Amino acid sequence: MTDTRMDTAEGRLGDSNSHAEAPILEVNNLVMNYELKGGGMVSAVEGVNFNLPRGSSMGLVGESGCGKTSIALTLIQLAAGNARVLDGEVLLDGIDLLKLDEEEMRQRRWTDVSMVFQGAMNSWNPVYTVGEQIRETMDIHWDPKPTAAEARAKTEELFNLVGINPEMIDRYPHEFSGGMKQRAVIAMALACDPKLIIADEPTTALDVIVQEQILEELKKIQHELGMSIIYISHDIAVIAEITDLIGVMYAGKLVEQGPTAEVFKRPRHPYTWLILSSTPSITGDRRQLAPLKGEPPNLLDPPPGCRFHPRCPYATEKCMQEEPPLAEVEPGHSIACWHPESVPVTLAGSTE
Amino acid sequence: MTSQNGSETRVKVENLQKLYPISRGVFRAPTDFVHAVDGVNFEIKAGQSLGLVGESGCGKTTTGRMLVKLDEASDGTILIRDSATDEMIDVTEINSKTEQKEFRRNVQMIFQDPYESMNPRRTIFDIVAEPLTVQNLGTTEEREERVVDLLRLVGLTPPEPFLFRYPHELSGGQRQRVAIARALVMEPTFVVADEPTSMLDVSIRISIMRLMLELAEELGVTYLYITHDLAVARYMCDKIAVMYLGKIVEMGPTEDLLTRPMHPYTRALLSAVPVPDPSYKRPEVEIEGGVARAINPEPECRFIQRCPFAQDVCRESPHPDLSERGNDHLVACHLVDPQGNWMGAERAVLDLRS
Repeated sequence: MTDTRMDTAEGRLGDSNSHAEAPILEVNNLVMNYELKGGGMVSAVEGVNFNLPRGSSMGLVGESGCGKTSIALTLIQLAAGNARVLDGEVLLDGIDLLKLDEEEMRQRRWTDVSMVFQGAMNSWNPVYTVGEQIRETMDIHWDPKPTAAEARAKTEELFNLVGINPEMIDRYPHEFSGGMKQRAVIAMALACDPKLIIADEPTTALDVIVQEQILEELKKIQHELGMSIIYISHDIAVIAEITDLIGVMYAGKLVEQGPTAEVFKRPRHPYTWLILSSTPSITGDRRQLAPLKGEPPNLLDPPPGCRFHPRCPYATEKCMQEEPPLAEVEPGHSIACWHPESVPVTLAGSTE
Repeated sequence: MTSQNGSETRVKVENLQKLYPISRGVFRAPTDFVHAVDGVNFEIKAGQSLGLVGESGCGKTTTGRMLVKLDEASDGTILIRDSATDEMIDVTEINSKTEQKEFRRNVQMIFQDPYESMNPRRTIFDIVAEPLTVQNLGTTEEREERVVDLLRLVGLTPPEPFLFRYPHELSGGQRQRVAIARALVMEPTFVVADEPTSMLDVSIRISIMRLMLELAEELGVTYLYITHDLAVARYMCDKIAVMYLGKIVEMGPTEDLLTRPMHPYTRALLSAVPVPDPSYKRPEVEIEGGVARAINPEPECRFIQRCPFAQDVCRESPHPDLSERGNDHLVACHLVDPQGNWMGAERAVLDLRS
């Protein structure tokens, strides 16, 4: 698989030479495997490259097991014990996070990069108030430690920002509804003014109306604070709504990336095109949804060549043998496909 | 098996109610009740599918479970047509073991989680053939033949290698196909499907949805399709019923309900659904907060706490009846006139978040 790790700098997003516009995050040729007990390696992340421009949001989207969460966990060095980073660098504001030791990384979590996980709302400790738990994070990471008044003022400010009544600071987690708990998690993620937030399925367990409200808050945070955010979701409709840029992952690889509006208007990779063709929507004509045949490959033994070829309607001999590099199809929009012109302009499936 | 008469009623639910007592200690009789399902009425025609849509805690799953007799109704009647005798049987009156057995030939359920709804120690053959074993139908050979046929029908081909595998050897999509095969092995005429695709990845979801639609057409199965996802309901259902705190607040033919929503809750729900189109301009969501539990609810409209349009009539009258506003489209709201026109404020300027 080593031959597949080609650097394709021309295909990446947000490239810029001027220092003023240096991206907040650069991920270069990241390769991460999970080592299994009986030997064998699961190729979870394979040669992933992307840049996140400062103050923008990027969505990583894909099905379960495509490596989107593995990337996030690798960025913050919280991947499982059997995770092996085999290659690549992760530059956050120019500093390679993968080179930091555990203690250095620990200091940067929350202050440089913080996380909002799926179901994080269930991780509140029931015997402390929410305010106390946010205060604890500040005590550990602020330098110098905040005074009680400072901590309270900051928490109130954050609660207002995420849409919680500041009077709730002294309440216990069970007094919060599910949506409120998740808002409080977002407040805590902002407690140390991080440069980057990674939100992994931040609204997946929530009902649709609450989800919509939290997505609105996150959008507001990005725009008002100039926050850089990486969203991870299986739900392409959620990504469509909140991100500036999108990266579509399949079987450990980025197969398409570009400005969100662009990719949705004209998906160029067959996988993206099929996923969009099979996403039900309440708007537009009621199309016959096109099914995507087969299932994602077993990453213990990924298929040779393009990893999507066994399910791809356009696969040729070449796709079965050679790995396609991520290459631009138009400025800022790139795909990893040998046949970039194969995908029709309109989505699959007939209008009923 | 299917009725030639397309308008024949297969399921009729009247005034269905489920109360859950809140325990206040061992020696005290419960005085408080959660009104999980409260006066639900609907009808499903043969071969049609009704989508039951709402947020968590609205009572949609409880309704489905009562229809298949996994939960007992507190009140009301559930009439389901028996395919053998062509009579409407009241599910709430079924008591004896033999009646139950008879009933289960006719009515089946597909559950949300294909990882938890199967015994991990039994083979796929055992799982799919279990209803036949329970009903004592056929010889082993006949059962095997039937299971093979069904696995082929649900797209697990070739079927033979699957027979003696265990659930953990299958992917989520394959398991959900097994669950569908199990539900169909008795040739039921009515199936309750509770979020059958919500645990599945997009690429697999569509093939399961299509499979269920094909089976409905081929075998004449009638579905009650429970989902939180209006976009999925749009593709699966002929009609949609929107539930809020134990009540159906709006019900109508799918496209009519989606394009002409009348109840403020349906409108809010629709405006909150994420749309896979970045250029889509969504209408503003007008309501705030999450669903409460209906503990000893007041007689007034259930939606009143979250409704930004509520007027005196809403506070002073009992919960409005679900009544027709043209085109088989029913709504329970004081502020919608008999023609389906909105009589409330144009747009509520309200921020209920405090």
